[in-house]
Amino acid sequence: MTSPLQQKIKITGPSIVTANRTWDGAVIYRTGSKSWSDELAEAAIVRTADEARALLTEAVADDLNAIGPYIAPVEVAADGAVKPGNMREHIRLTGATIALPAQA
Amino acid sequence: MYAYDDIDRTLVNERVAEFRDQVKRRLSGELSEDEFKMLRLQNGVYLQLHAYMYRIAIPYGTLASNQLRRLAHVARRYDRGYGHFTTRQNIQFNWIKLAELPDAMADLAEVGIQSMQTSGNNMRNVTADQWAGVAPGEVEDPRIWAELLRQFTTLHPEFSFLPRKFKIAITASEHDRAAIKIHDIGLRLLKNEQGETGFEVLVGGGLGRSPFIAKTIKPFVHGHDILSYVEAILRVYNQYGRRDNIYKARIKILVHELGIEKFAAEVEEEWQQIREGVLKLDEGIVEDIRSRFFYPAYETQPAMPDELKQAAHDPKFEAWRKNSVFPHKQQGYAIAVVSLKPVGKPPGDATADQMDALADIADKYSFGEIRVGHEQNLALPHVKKRDLPAVWKALEAIGLAIPNVNLVSDIIACPGLDYCSLANARSIPIAQEITRRFANHDTANLIGRLHINISGCINACGHHHVGHIGILGVEKNNEEFYQITIGGRADEGAELGTLIGPAVPYAEVADVVEDIVEAYLALRARPEELFVDTVKRLGVEPFRERVYATR
Repeated sequence: MTSPLQQKIKITGPSIVTANRTWDGAVIYRTGSKSWSDELAEAAIVRTADEARALLTEAVADDLNAIGPYIAPVEVAADGAVKPGNMREHIRLTGATIALPAQA
Repeated sequence: MYAYDDIDRTLVNERVAEFRDQVKRRLSGELSEDEFKMLRLQNGVYLQLHAYMYRIAIPYGTLASNQLRRLAHVARRYDRGYGHFTTRQNIQFNWIKLAELPDAMADLAEVGIQSMQTSGNNMRNVTADQWAGVAPGEVEDPRIWAELLRQFTTLHPEFSFLPRKFKIAITASEHDRAAIKIHDIGLRLLKNEQGETGFEVLVGGGLGRSPFIAKTIKPFVHGHDILSYVEAILRVYNQYGRRDNIYKARIKILVHELGIEKFAAEVEEEWQQIREGVLKLDEGIVEDIRSRFFYPAYETQPAMPDELKQAAHDPKFEAWRKNSVFPHKQQGYAIAVVSLKPVGKPPGDATADQMDALADIADKYSFGEIRVGHEQNLALPHVKKRDLPAVWKALEAIGLAIPNVNLVSDIIACPGLDYCSLANARSIPIAQEITRRFANHDTANLIGRLHINISGCINACGHHHVGHIGILGVEKNNEEFYQITIGGRADEGAELGTLIGPAVPYAEVADVVEDIVEAYLALRARPEELFVDTVKRLGVEPFRERVYATR
């Protein structure tokens, strides 16, 4: 499998590093304090390729807790509020856009 | 039903113990994700957008009521109370936790359900006509052969590291309900002039990025040679399949690039070296498998019982009966298809409560048996005709007496971007909106048989290429768009659909489908001419003109 670090990193705006949590697969975001959060608001925001590479390197190193870290775009409002930068990330954050058939 | 023997049970239990150890080592850090990924995939464990997804095989689409109840238990105990039936006779759970997976797997193993090889580059679940063993006119029950192939290919070392995944489907009826022509190997069971059982063997079908309809590689392979012939195909594939390029790794690409004649010659050469060897089946082996299938003790029943005559006065029952009930090989019995396509709901999903209730209905009215079809519907395969009114009422009580089988709202759809990490666009909300547009049963009936298939990406899990109307989600500049094809079909006359025009945005898809259907109603030669036949007769142009005239 090609490591995400072997891929050319190109970002066009504010970005974060996200992954899935190992034990349950839940969506998690890399924070600025070398840990993970399930809150996008707590994600570390990077704005350059070098910053993104550094954050991704640190995330990839935590293979025990996170699966498949990658860089994803976000939008940052004037008040600092962070929103997902595309539909995929929006769904990962807020859940399926449909009503689930059941909720056990 | 097929009864597992001790070898089967031991194999499945050992696999559970092995996976439990692998999960433990992954969660302790002893295994990296790179090391673990292939192990989990070999057990049907994917990682999707929000969670792990667990895919479980339902070999040849046959389920016992206790197995369905156990699936309900897994949905309730380890997931979010529902499961999703797929286009390959599997069920998927979308929210399962890795840490709990071994327990779920062990619970399923107790009733003979397993997930081996439901993912990864190996031989996937061998699928079959969901009406196998009960369809009138069937040559013989194809599940006996499907089970032989399942046992032969499970954990077979030569088939465990193939260039890419590999899928076999089998049918024994003239009308192909198993979509064999879009499989890597399709098998059509038939008898030769001597009355011997054998197979027409097709190879190189598949959808995805490069869709192909399978070609006949050999018109008749004797039953006792089928394992060696399948092995010969796989040996040629193993030798020449493109391991260097994932997009060219499926056998369909090899067959296409070599040409069917050259490919067939390679297989023939390989086959001649092994056909008289250990893989030659003697009748005892086939008989042993056959003896492990249990069939209901059918009773003598009237062809038209009074209960059915009386119920025919209820238009709601009649609507369901005409749409969902199909002939059975045994007089006085019927196959009752249970649509999992309610208006406005995700296609193919069933709640744990519905699964439990359906298991009860199967116990009471269908000898405890349920079938799973590739159209993402279920069926009760052995219902006495006199019990049909009671079955209908019981299904209605759980929201599953939906009279839309084979109609426009009986949509095949993949999970799409709401769940899947590969998807570019959503499938389920598109399906939901279309079902709302065609919720009127009289309208749907007027339209007649029309299959809409939706995929959220080019991998085509929703079989969009072979939908009468096919819808493929793509991404353009961060927006969801949908390419629409018409004229595809997945049966014995399988064809790939033709693109009707430029992709349309998410909000317009249901409008376009309505326009296509309106065009069909105006263009069809007579009410009995099916949509797909009108497209075949006229081509796509008249549809293109009407749909895109105002766009």
